[in-house]
Amino acid sequence: MNTNKNTEAQRLTFAEKLYLPELAKGMSITFREMFKPKFTRQYPEQRWDPTGSYRGRPVLVLEEGKERCVACGLCSLVCPAMAIEVQAAETENEKERYPEKFEINMLRCIYCGFCEEVCPEEAIVMSKDYELLFSSQKDAIYGKDRLLVPVEQLQDRLDFLKEYK
Amino acid sequence: MGNFVFDLIGKNIVAALVICIIPLVFILPYALIAILGELKIGAWMQDRVGPMRTGWKGVLQPVAEVVKLLQKEDITPTIANKPLFNLAPFIVFIGAFAAFAVLPFSEKFIPSGINLGLFFVFAVGSFAVIGIVMGGWASNNKYSLLGAMRSVAQIISYELPAGMVFLSIATIAGTLDMQTIILNQSGPIWNWYIFGGPQGGAIKFLFIPFFVILFIVYLISSLAETNRTPFDIPEGESEIVAGYHTEYSGMKFAMFFMAEYANMYVVSAIIVILFLGGWSSPFGTSFMDGPIWGIFWMVGKAFFFVFVQIWLRWTLPRLRVDQLMYLGWKVLLPLSIACFMAIAFLAMIN
Ligand code: SF4
Ligand code: SF4
Repeated sequence: MNTNKNTEAQRLTFAEKLYLPELAKGMSITFREMFKPKFTRQYPEQRWDPTGSYRGRPVLVLEEGKERCVACGLCSLVCPAMAIEVQAAETENEKERYPEKFEINMLRCIYCGFCEEVCPEEAIVMSKDYELLFSSQKDAIYGKDRLLVPVEQLQDRLDFLKEYK
Repeated sequence: MGNFVFDLIGKNIVAALVICIIPLVFILPYALIAILGELKIGAWMQDRVGPMRTGWKGVLQPVAEVVKLLQKEDITPTIANKPLFNLAPFIVFIGAFAAFAVLPFSEKFIPSGINLGLFFVFAVGSFAVIGIVMGGWASNNKYSLLGAMRSVAQIISYELPAGMVFLSIATIAGTLDMQTIILNQSGPIWNWYIFGGPQGGAIKFLFIPFFVILFIVYLISSLAETNRTPFDIPEGESEIVAGYHTEYSGMKFAMFFMAEYANMYVVSAIIVILFLGGWSSPFGTSFMDGPIWGIFWMVGKAFFFVFVQIWLRWTLPRLRVDQLMYLGWKVLLPLSIACFMAIAFLAMIN
């Protein structure tokens, strides 16, 4: 077998071996690219407004002054990252419960949206909030104070869920 | 001809100092512009916007970067050879800066009008190699040493074709003096050497292909001599960290950096002087010509080639070492020798 016949140098045409025409092609591409519009967003000034399908941090729906959540614990069970902790307590009404303590560890949450999917009350939904920052591990555990969000602010997501879930 | 500083203050020590300082004053803002150009042009070519935060649209980014480099800790490795290690960046920079001594800015200003200009540039161009080897060896780091060795191999191999280009131009111009070479090309644009030089008649057209080939040869070897992509194998990040300046930080790294940008201007200016008429106006001697416009044309044309270097950097991938040697010894050197002989022959029968 003549292995020499298949070297790179023998497969290329003269113009390709000369490399200069190819080089000109490449350079014309980069030159044209220079003047094309750029799509970079100047982030802190120009914020992105996600649509309803966006899965930001999970929040609890606050409706008429109290949470929808009935502390069934399903979300806590399904959460693959084991980020949710729910502790139930009785309300004055018979057979009704509410979460005395509801915590999501935002360092663990992977924004999968399983909690939202499993919730029988549509009480936990994914918000549009993508700016999460905390200064310590303790700070990353969001309690009810930070999780409860009025239902009006979550309308986009609820509409989306109504249509596609 | 002459030097406007001497005309102004007379031929004394003050004038000499002023002349020394002018190129330095030029290099600093030029380096800032070139760094900004590198950042911005590179970003645009990759569909990014580049730095946007420092100053209006990020124009102050190079200033911020220089300040950052200056206040960084200056580390010398314990097992490094300290005197050599500390000296190396300055030698590299001196090599680049010395070349400015014979680069004319206009017909009225050339720091030193010695009649060996081309030869001098060629001589101090090799200075960088010494600095790089010193730095690479003194760092006591295998990557530095590898980078330095690659750099030497590369610069020495590419100096030969560059030397042949210089020789060809010297043959046709009959001089090594920068100002005379440019003067030969003054007049209409077709007097430039890339368009066949000042001689008239049909023989001019015989010259053109050889000059174009020499132009390309020099363009390629100048890239190799400044260690710029696609010939940046001495500092190929993916292979040998940062090559010869791996161990350098702070001010000394900034020196290497400055030297690289100064070198970019030097080779661009030489391309312009040899092939594109230096400070002479492309519209002939009657329009936009004169000592002041000369500065504009000289610097403008050189800046264009600095842009070309940046452009190439963001377009081409790095060559392999064997490809680099192949190109240097088996393509560029024979080509440039052939062109040199052809031009010498044509110049003789002309
Ligand atoms: S989004 Fe996924 S990971 Fe985050 S809390 Fe809900 S179930 Fe857990
Ligand atoms: S699944 Fe819904 S209702 Fe049940 S505990 Fe979680 S948030 Fe509350």
